[in-house]
Amino acid sequence: MTTKQDAASSLPPGSQLDADWFTDKFVMLVMFIGGISAIVFILSIIVFVVEQGGVFIFETMDIQEFLFSPRWRPTSEWNATYGILALIAGTASVTGLAMVIAIPFSLGTAIYIAEFADGKFREYLKILVELLAAIPSVVWGFIGLSIMNKVVIDVFDVPVGLGVLNAGLILGLMAAPIITSIAEDALKAVPDGYREAAEAMGASRWEVVFKVVLPAARNGLLGAVLLGLGRGFGETMAVLMASGHSVHIPESIFDSVRALTATIAAELGETAQGSEHYGALFTIGIFLFIVTFFINLAADLIIRDIRKG
Amino acid sequence: MRKFKIAMALLAGSIGFSTAADARVMIQNKGSDTLVNVAQAWAEEYQKVEPKVAVAVTGGGSGTGIAALVNGTVDIANASRSIKAKELKLAKKRGIEPMEHIVGYDALAVYVHKNNPMKSISLAKLAEIYGEDGQISKWTQLGLEVPGCKSQKMVLVSRQNNSGTYAYFRKAVLGKKRDYKLGTRDMHGSKDVVDLVEHTPCAIGYSGLAYATPHVKMACINKAEGEKCTDPSVATASDRSYPIARPLFMYTNGEPTGATKKYLDWIMTDEAQCIILKKGYAPARAVTCN
Repeated sequence: MTTKQDAASSLPPGSQLDADWFTDKFVMLVMFIGGISAIVFILSIIVFVVEQGGVFIFETMDIQEFLFSPRWRPTSEWNATYGILALIAGTASVTGLAMVIAIPFSLGTAIYIAEFADGKFREYLKILVELLAAIPSVVWGFIGLSIMNKVVIDVFDVPVGLGVLNAGLILGLMAAPIITSIAEDALKAVPDGYREAAEAMGASRWEVVFKVVLPAARNGLLGAVLLGLGRGFGETMAVLMASGHSVHIPESIFDSVRALTATIAAELGETAQGSEHYGALFTIGIFLFIVTFFINLAADLIIRDIRKG
Repeated sequence: MRKFKIAMALLAGSIGFSTAADARVMIQNKGSDTLVNVAQAWAEEYQKVEPKVAVAVTGGGSGTGIAALVNGTVDIANASRSIKAKELKLAKKRGIEPMEHIVGYDALAVYVHKNNPMKSISLAKLAEIYGEDGQISKWTQLGLEVPGCKSQKMVLVSRQNNSGTYAYFRKAVLGKKRDYKLGTRDMHGSKDVVDLVEHTPCAIGYSGLAYATPHVKMACINKAEGEKCTDPSVATASDRSYPIARPLFMYTNGEPTGATKKYLDWIMTDEAQCIILKKGYAPARAVTCN
């Protein structure tokens, strides 16, 4: 049997059981907890959401109806139906339009900031873009509800201005600063040597940007776009306020729609806990979770594929 | 050490407070979310009238309130619907005799845009407008030409599907076995309905009478085609001549006694009835408020 003294002396120098050793272990433990907390949180969220949705999934849900019926009538007294097709169409149309608007604008802005603007002006632009990203979503929703509504009615001569166009524009404006700032970082990460080499070979500035910098920053730009997509997909408040909140598969961009997230936000607060309706809303949450998981997975695979090739 | 002393003082204070509260009479009041704001306001005002009586108000829905009364955990249950036969049977089994007190009315007005020429509409037509497979979707089908509404297509404004207003309008207008049309704009608050109608010439919406503004028009309602129509107002809601108004109830176990009786009596005074009027509902009887 060895004494403490022996054990300490047999260890390599610097690992004695003194204050430093404990500090070292303590910091390591804190780091470890920090590191695994993300995993613990995500697992607990999955368990919680599935548990809450379970009542509905295992007892009431007809998967066919849930995914392919546009009839979302959870509180009907004689024939409750839980179809989310119209809600999926709502989320998809609004997010799709938002991306169509946001991607060209934000990539243009990012290229300008990273490659063309210089000095103070460039710094101001960067600050403004970041400020835009910090506007709370309820403020955007308010703009959609009170200002954009009238603008859409006046410009396009439609009865209601709350719909795909309004929500898509608002969401596009919300996603743009996020895409811009990440895309700009991606462009900045391209080594200056690339630009210098291209310029040395006689390329014009546009040629440098389009043929050298953009292809080199592909992965980062894709990441930026996917993050913007995620923002649009998960956004709730602004979409709730600007979309018209109507269970309806859109036929034109002026139609009112309802998003998956907005449905949860609007209905969960006043639904009896443990009821079928409550479970159905959590099941929508699970559906959102699965979709975002696959978006991220796809992004990851695409980026890896690009890296290999 | 100072912090500790402060904590001790706070603790001692709260113990003192709770023993003082024990000497007071507590009235437990639970139920309808429609009524919860009014009940809260009454409870606060009653504190001034009768400082020795504390009324604890919680929401949760009419069903929750009635269930609590049946279980004997509350003195007064609030409900925006009358007690169901099933609940009454359960109550009788437990030896509870629910007694109904009407404390006010909630009238729903049908709102249209200011420029809409519509004056009156029948319940049957409303059902065709809002009900599933309903035949009316254009203003021209009612023989109207709405200025500013180019397509003449109606924009239906409704409420989110778990609001009491949504459920009551469905029951009163569409009937028990009919659902709403899909594609209504489901607003999250009574005021939002009126706001949207105000800005939308094509719109028609329903919301509490209290949310009326001078910028929107309220339709006169016919119970049946060809009958004389009734304008929505506090008076027509109180005398039950207006067809889309629901009474708001408080239920007690048998004839109320003691502090509960005093509280319910106070609710029927002008002072309390003016509070319900201010909160946007019709009082149980005609009152004059300043």
